[in-house]
Amino acid sequence: MNRCAVIGVGQTHYTTRRRDVSIAGLVREAALRALEDAGLTFKDIDAVVIGKAPDLFEGVMMPEAYLADALGAAGKPMMRVHTAGSVGGSTALVGASLIQGGVHDRVLVVAFEKQSESNATWALSTHLPFSSSLVVGAGGYFAPHIREYMRRSAAPDHIGTLVAVKDRLNALKNPYAHLKIPGIDQKMVESTPMLWEPIRYLETCPSSDGACAMVLSSESAVTGTPAWVHGTAMRSEPIFRASRDTVSPQAGKDCAADVYRQAGIADPRRQIDVAETYVPFSWYEPMWLENLGFAAEGEGWKLTESGATALDGDIPWNASGGVLSSNPIGASGLIRFAEAALQVRGMAGEHQVDGARTALGHAYGGGAQFFAMWIVGREKL
Amino acid sequence: MRALATREVAIVAFAQTRHTPHDTGLTEPELILPVINEVKERTGLKRFGFTCSGSCDYLAGAPFSFVSALDALAAWPPISESHVEMDGAWALYEAWVRLQHGDIDSALVYGFGKSSLGDLRRIMTLQLDPYYLAPLGLDQLSYAALQAAAVGADRKELDEIVRRSRADGRANPYALDLPDPERGEDEPLAVRPLKLTDVPPITDGAAAIVLATGDLARELSDNPAYIRGIAHRIEPHYLGMRDLARSASAADAARAAGVGKGPVEVAELHTQFPHEEIILREALELTGDTVINPSGGPLAANPVMATGLIRIGEAAQRILDGRARRTVAHAAGGPCLQHNLVTVLEA
Repeated sequence: MNRCAVIGVGQTHYTTRRRDVSIAGLVREAALRALEDAGLTFKDIDAVVIGKAPDLFEGVMMPEAYLADALGAAGKPMMRVHTAGSVGGSTALVGASLIQGGVHDRVLVVAFEKQSESNATWALSTHLPFSSSLVVGAGGYFAPHIREYMRRSAAPDHIGTLVAVKDRLNALKNPYAHLKIPGIDQKMVESTPMLWEPIRYLETCPSSDGACAMVLSSESAVTGTPAWVHGTAMRSEPIFRASRDTVSPQAGKDCAADVYRQAGIADPRRQIDVAETYVPFSWYEPMWLENLGFAAEGEGWKLTESGATALDGDIPWNASGGVLSSNPIGASGLIRFAEAALQVRGMAGEHQVDGARTALGHAYGGGAQFFAMWIVGREKL
Repeated sequence: MRALATREVAIVAFAQTRHTPHDTGLTEPELILPVINEVKERTGLKRFGFTCSGSCDYLAGAPFSFVSALDALAAWPPISESHVEMDGAWALYEAWVRLQHGDIDSALVYGFGKSSLGDLRRIMTLQLDPYYLAPLGLDQLSYAALQAAAVGADRKELDEIVRRSRADGRANPYALDLPDPERGEDEPLAVRPLKLTDVPPITDGAAAIVLATGDLARELSDNPAYIRGIAHRIEPHYLGMRDLARSASAADAARAAGVGKGPVEVAELHTQFPHEEIILREALELTGDTVINPSGGPLAANPVMATGLIRIGEAAQRILDGRARRTVAHAAGGPCLQHNLVTVLEA
C-alpha cells in the first residue's frame, strides 16, 4: 500500500446562511484554500472526490455533476460519496484510497452542506410510505440512546452540559467556527429549552452552511507540511438488527480496533494526542470515549467530568469546537479529519494542542451504524 | 497522472433481477436480497473484504434510501462498506481501487433503483445547476433531444438501433419484452427529434457483482473476467460548453482504460437513447466487428442506478461463460453523457 499524506486543508467560515455564495461558490472557496495551503493549483490535481449528506438538503440531485466545473474536475475522474452522517469521513477515505491504491498522486477531497437551502430536521424526517415514524429530526432518534447510556452508566445529569460548555469555549479559539458564545457556562446551557429529553438547545449542534477541502498526496508528490495517514477504516452495521447495541455500536468498536491496529496504537488514551470526534449532541462525548476505547465501559463520563478532554487536558477532544459548534452536516466528518491533520501539522492556530504528533479523526452516521476513522501523524509510519 | 495500478482484479460472479416496467411492491432491500444471495451462492463467499453500492435517494424520495439495504446483506459482524450516490458502476470502481491496496482479496458491489416510484423525467431535472438550468424546467427527454439534434443521425440508423435493442431485450430473460416499433415514420414524438420509441423504459431492478483477486479469482471461477483497464472522466456540466455531438470524456476514459489495445468482441454501452450509441461508438473507436449491447442494453431495461453496473456485468458474463475473450463495458452519469466510465475485460 502506498503512503498518503494531507498536504493542504481549506475551510470556509461556518455560519447559518452564506447568502453571498452559490453552492458552487461555497465548495470552490474551500477547494482554493486547500490548494493554496498545498502551494498547488487545480492543474496539479488528478481526481476529485466530493461528499455530502442527503441531496434533499439542498434539493439538488447528485450535485457532483453540477459542481464538476467549480472544482476543476472537467477532464478528470470525479467520485461522489454518500454514507449518511459519516460521509465527510468516508469522502476523505475514498480519496486516500485512490492514493494508497497507487491510482493517483494528488486527489482533492471536498465535502459541503448548505443547510440554509432547506430545513434539515424535516429533510431527515421524511419516511417512505407505509413506514410511519414519530421521530422528528436526528435528536428525536438519538435521545433514547442517550437516556439508555445515562441509565447504564449512572452518569450524573450535568455531564452533557460540561461538554456543551467545553466545546463552545474551544470554538472561541477557532476562526472558522459557527457558534461563538462568549461567557458560555453551565448555567446558560441549563437555562435553554429542552428539545429532546435530555438534550437541551445548547447541547445540540447548529445547522450550518460550509465546506471543507483537503489535498491528499502520494509520498513522491508531497509539498509543504504533510500529515501522514497512519490508518483508515470504515465499518457499517444494519439498522434493524435486533441484537445490536445502539449505545455502543459494534461497528464503532471494530472500526476503532482496525484503525488502531494499522497505526500501532494499543492504548488510545495515552498514544493519541488529540481527537476530533463526531459529537452532534453533548452526551456523545462520554459515549464515544467508551466506544473508541479511551475509557472503560461506564467510565467515559468520568473522563469528561475530570477535564481530561478539555483543551488543556491530557487527551483533548474536539479542540476545534467540534460538531457542537459547526455543523454543515455533509462536511462535518471531513472537518474532523481535516482538523486532526491540522493538529499534527502544527497548523491549528489558537486551538493547537502543544506537541500533537498523533491524532484521530472520527465520523458516524445513520442510526449510529456507519463509521469512518483515520489516524494521522506528524511522522511517517 | 501515474499509470494505472496493476493488481489483477477479476469479476467472478454477476446477478441481476428480472427487471420490471412497474412497481411490484417490493421494498429496496427485498429487491436487492435475491441478487445478493445469488452471487453469494455462486461464489460460496459469505463475507467480503469490502462492499460498495450505488443508488439515488431521489428515486425513493427519501433521505438515506441505501441505509436499509444493509439489512439485505446480513452485515454482521459489521462490514467494511461504502456507498456512492452514483450508478453502481462507480461503486465497482471504488471497490476496484480498494482491492489495489493488496490487503483484501474480495469485494461485493451492487446497484439498485426503482424509477417507477416517481416521475423520472422531471426528477432528472433536479440534477441540473439549481440556479441557471433547473429553473428552465429542462427535463431528461428535453436535454436528450438537444443532444440528439446535435448528433443529427440518420433516422433509419436510429430506428435500427431501437429495433435491434428491443429484439435483443426480448431474447434476454432479465430485460423487458418490448415490441418492435411498427409505425415507422408515424411513431409519435416524445420531444423532437426523439420518438417515444427512442425513450428508455421506466424500470425497477438491481444487480450485484463479486470481484476477486489473484488465486481467489481462479478458485471461484473457471473463466474469471479480468479487469484489464478501468477509467472514468467527467466533462463540464453546462451543455453549452460541450460539443454535444461528441463525448470527449468517453474517448479519454476509453484511451486510459486501453480499449484500443485489442479487438473488442462485445461492447455493452450505457445508451439510454439511440443517438448515444452513435456518439459512444465513435468515442470508443469501436468497429463494425464489435457486437453492441447483445443484452438489449438500456433501451430494453433501464433500472436507473443499476444500468451501468449491469453493462459491466453483461460484458463480464460473456467471458465467465467462455463465449468471449475481450469485452468492453461503458457506464454514464449526468445530463447528456457528462460523466463516462469505461471498463476493459479479458479472459
